[in-house]
Amino acid sequence: MSLNTPEFSASDFAPAPNLVAAERIVRPSLSYWQDAWLRLKKNRRALCSLYIVIALLLFTLLGPVIWRQDPALQDLDAISQGPTLGTRAIVVEDPGNWEGVRGEPAPLPPGGTLGAPTLRVEGIATTQYVRLVWSMVPGAQQYLIYRNDHAPESDQDLGLPLGTTLSPDELSFEDRLQLRPQRYWYTVIASDGVEEAAEHTTIEVSPQRAITVSQARERELDDTVGATVDLPAHPFGTDYLGRDLLARLMEGARVSLFIGIVAPLLFVLVGVIYGGISGYFGGNVDIVMMRVADFVIALPFLLFMILFRISFGIGPGESGIFPMLLALVLLRWPDTARLVRGQVLQLRGEAYVQAARVLGAQPGYLIFRHLLPNTMGPILVTLTFAIPMAIFTEAFLSFIGMGVSPPTPSWGSMSNEGIRTMLSSPHELLFPSIFISVTVLAFNMLGDGLRDALDSRMRSRE
Amino acid sequence: MLSYILKRLGIGVFTIWFIATATFTAMHMVPGDPLSNERGTNEIIRANLERQYGLDKPVFQQYLLYMGNMLKGDFGIAFSEENRSVNDIIREHFPVSATLGLLSLLFATAGGVLWGALAALYRNRLPDAVLMFLVILGISVPSFVFAALSQLLILNLNQWAGRSILPVAGWGDFRSMLVPALVLGMSTMAFMTRLMRSSMLEVANTDYIRTARAKGLSPTRIFFRHQLRNAILPVITVLGPAIAIITTGGFVVESVFAIPGLGRYFVQAVAQLDYTVIMGTTVFFGAFLVLVVIAVDILYGFIDPRIRLGAV
Repeated sequence: MSLNTPEFSASDFAPAPNLVAAERIVRPSLSYWQDAWLRLKKNRRALCSLYIVIALLLFTLLGPVIWRQDPALQDLDAISQGPTLGTRAIVVEDPGNWEGVRGEPAPLPPGGTLGAPTLRVEGIATTQYVRLVWSMVPGAQQYLIYRNDHAPESDQDLGLPLGTTLSPDELSFEDRLQLRPQRYWYTVIASDGVEEAAEHTTIEVSPQRAITVSQARERELDDTVGATVDLPAHPFGTDYLGRDLLARLMEGARVSLFIGIVAPLLFVLVGVIYGGISGYFGGNVDIVMMRVADFVIALPFLLFMILFRISFGIGPGESGIFPMLLALVLLRWPDTARLVRGQVLQLRGEAYVQAARVLGAQPGYLIFRHLLPNTMGPILVTLTFAIPMAIFTEAFLSFIGMGVSPPTPSWGSMSNEGIRTMLSSPHELLFPSIFISVTVLAFNMLGDGLRDALDSRMRSRE
Repeated sequence: MLSYILKRLGIGVFTIWFIATATFTAMHMVPGDPLSNERGTNEIIRANLERQYGLDKPVFQQYLLYMGNMLKGDFGIAFSEENRSVNDIIREHFPVSATLGLLSLLFATAGGVLWGALAALYRNRLPDAVLMFLVILGISVPSFVFAALSQLLILNLNQWAGRSILPVAGWGDFRSMLVPALVLGMSTMAFMTRLMRSSMLEVANTDYIRTARAKGLSPTRIFFRHQLRNAILPVITVLGPAIAIITTGGFVVESVFAIPGLGRYFVQAVAQLDYTVIMGTTVFFGAFLVLVVIAVDILYGFIDPRIRLGAV
């Protein structure tokens, strides 16, 4: 019997290629935080604000290392100066040792009227002093000196009365009143003691920036008269006491960001612990704890910020940062506590928590191992939104004079000082308020981005 | 309903008591007292003054005395101003703060609803982008900066016009209230715009909007009748907190614009440690806020019957 058996080879019995495995769709498994980071990276606005935040931290921490001007150093010759990139000044001798010019007064010729003197500047006009010398006017008993910061448009428009000479033989005047390197118009009018002359002389003077010999010596600069020295640059200008605004902004950033970051960290921590306990134990504990939180929420926030800030007391020479920190923590924890409680209440019923409990997990283990890590996303979002709130609060309080006490600068108190000179030197208000706004903006946008990345339930619909 | 209101009011009374006690404690923790200025230099005068104001008694007795008087509606006599009762001060200065607050709330709500609806209408197009940028700006720029900038603007405007179009500071007629109210309401307006926008977008995805569209209603009618009216609801919920922010946040604006409101008075009182004025204003503000929040919650239940008031 011959069976027509087909020829089999060994290869026919090899297992077919596993097509199921090939068709399986896999992607690398990502943890919650990796996934969130990827999503955050895709969000251009959030990433941008993250860079701003990093830049601000660098500005605060590294800034004072690079920019070595003393934020407390007052320079009365550079009050409310606009932004400059370094100025040069000449060294002049100390004022006060100029004896002036005197001349023999002459009587008024009969029938004559008082005339106008000829006026000139002795030496060079500098921001330290402008020395005016004029010719004797026959019949004049005294001379009146005026200074104007624009060309006089009429006989009435002579500007600031600087002074009156005391005796008829004085023919000079030294002006040392807050001179700036700009143009001035000086006018000298002769007077017979009763009436001023109808005519007067006006000259235009542009003082050069100058420092005195003793100032130069104090700052360890070249102290020979006539030398040219470089004065420190003020890229953000100076404030009303001539302090460098950039250095003060860095110092102020330390205060503002310290309060803005440490206070939220603390009150979110308190809130997490409080809310965690309340939510975990539930029942009467929960009711009592949440009622207390409700009371604290009902306190008028800014009013109590001010009250607490004062109550926690500041001695002389203290900056008032810690009272403010304490007040913020005491008043702000309930928001986080409520949020965490809600989350914990919800998670408590989840199967994996029940399973852990059945396996004999202790409350502490459950809270810190299962419940809190799973509420981390919303907590982080709350934290990010709490930071601009804290910065805002600090700025508000400092602005109304209830925040940090001078001379400690903070962006809020700097704005407050700047608002007084808003019209003449707007940069003093502008820079601190820009810093506040940009910081708050960055943290707000970062918070938005984090919320989108971390928490799909809270995702904003944009 | 009635039992709910009564329960809320009961808790409210407790809250006010808590506020009063917290204020009293915080105030007495401050070193010094209202008499530790130049008036108290003479021992005899000081003792007399202490007796007059009841400061010679133990603190706890003072507390009981004060609480008793407060229950009768008497906040006592101010320390910093002779013979002026705190009730008078509140009566005189609170209407100013309230007018300012009400006006700015009006601005904030009207603006918020309008801009939010517009942003939702032009979703993801240019007006939306511009509005959302302005919203972020409104949230991030402190109100004192807005206040200063608006003052600068008014000044230039007046100079340009050659006459006073709007006063730069002060309080009086409607013209002087306009800008401070706008500045005060700015951040709330920004917040409400954002809320209104997301609420509008949420409503746009609901079944009843789809039904309305399917039965052929005109887009305008759908927008105004169905979408807008339902989207406004969440905005009303934030009215309570918004009133709190606006009334207590007012003193920055009050100080910049030199408005004689209660907030500015409070800051002064704290600086002088004027016990009775601090107590009076804080308790008054606290009570006001507690009542407003309760009122808003009850109002919300009327406006949206889906909300069950009992379930708190």
